[in-house]
Amino acid sequence: MRYDSLLDAIGGTPLVGLPHLSPGPDARLWAKLEDRNPTGSVKDRAALWMVLAAEKDGLLRPGCTILEPTSGNTGISLAMICSLRGYKVVCVMPENTSAERTQLLQMYGASIVYSPAAGGSNEAVRVAKQMAAANPGWVMLYQYGNEANARSHYESTGPEILADLPEITHFVAGLGTTGTLMGTGRYLREHVPAVQIVAAEPRYGELVYGLRNMDEGFVPELYDDAVLTSRFSVSAADALRRTRELVSREGIFAGISAGCVLHAGLALADRAQAAGERADIVVLIADGGWKYLSTGAYGGTLAEAEARLEGELWA
Amino acid sequence: MAIEVRIPTILRTFTGGAKSVEGSGDTLDALIADLDSRHAGLRDRLVDDSGLRRFVNVYLNDEDVRFLGGLTAQVKDGDTVTVLPAVAGGMR
Repeated sequence: MRYDSLLDAIGGTPLVGLPHLSPGPDARLWAKLEDRNPTGSVKDRAALWMVLAAEKDGLLRPGCTILEPTSGNTGISLAMICSLRGYKVVCVMPENTSAERTQLLQMYGASIVYSPAAGGSNEAVRVAKQMAAANPGWVMLYQYGNEANARSHYESTGPEILADLPEITHFVAGLGTTGTLMGTGRYLREHVPAVQIVAAEPRYGELVYGLRNMDEGFVPELYDDAVLTSRFSVSAADALRRTRELVSREGIFAGISAGCVLHAGLALADRAQAAGERADIVVLIADGGWKYLSTGAYGGTLAEAEARLEGELWA
Repeated sequence: MAIEVRIPTILRTFTGGAKSVEGSGDTLDALIADLDSRHAGLRDRLVDDSGLRRFVNVYLNDEDVRFLGGLTAQVKDGDTVTVLPAVAGGMR
């Protein structure tokens, strides 16, 4: 396969069957390997689409600064893309994210502003919005509300999946900005009316939820729950267990959000099997495990790994 | 009949600091009303005129109840209900 430059190599990722984890011959799981993107995550799609849309709308000038609340993958994608397109990047990130994220961002030339750990990504969004207001010359692409995020998946991820697996019955992905589920979900529902679009979201420790008033919560502007069929909450323990199973039983070294979606995917496969229904379930593997090695997720006992993740954002 | 309801930190003032409480009811609505009878004011933090409050997420056996009928979702003995605030999406 040949591309003129790295940005052209974004997307077009493999769909890989999981014969050892799939419960039976008629309940099959398939992993869409988004770590096979240039910076190693699904975010390359959203970041590229957002930058191109901003260029098309005349929002970006050479040397201008792009600001984004991001715990890593989006920042890393933006940093790489912007270094090639000639823009500066400032990322606002909770201070309790893994060390590799800081290293990767700085390597690609991005600057980082750390927001307090308590309050997690809510706080990073709040701080970024404040900084955007204080720096009117900066551009905040705002992944949580930018339609180009969801559109990247409508135009690339969804069509790829349908081309590879026209018999798809379920699509499972992590729920963060909601871009992947909204874009891919809308596309798949247009072409496979009975398809189930299922969200898997991490259930964090108390530090992340903190003492924030329940009225000050955050729902991404992209989120439209009409696109989803169901939404599962997955504990760190289950996500870790499944992430390790993905390595040990299928040889796939993925980030911890993959364990989250796999847990939901396995529950769906069991349900289908129990109901005597065929299932071809695509689970979206958002990134590889590299950035999570320092969290201890892949070594030691599960209990030790779980304890180390307490208070951390892990997906 | 016992249904475990896990309470987020911010609402534990209503439960005397308890992380989880027990209740009963055939539906989520009934369960919340039952809890409110012992933990006055709790219902008002979860529900408004249009149903579940916007920034409140409720999971029945780890599944978001908004896809199970919301307040009309059926609950039974042994179920676990988890209440969490809506937060921005993790490591994006």
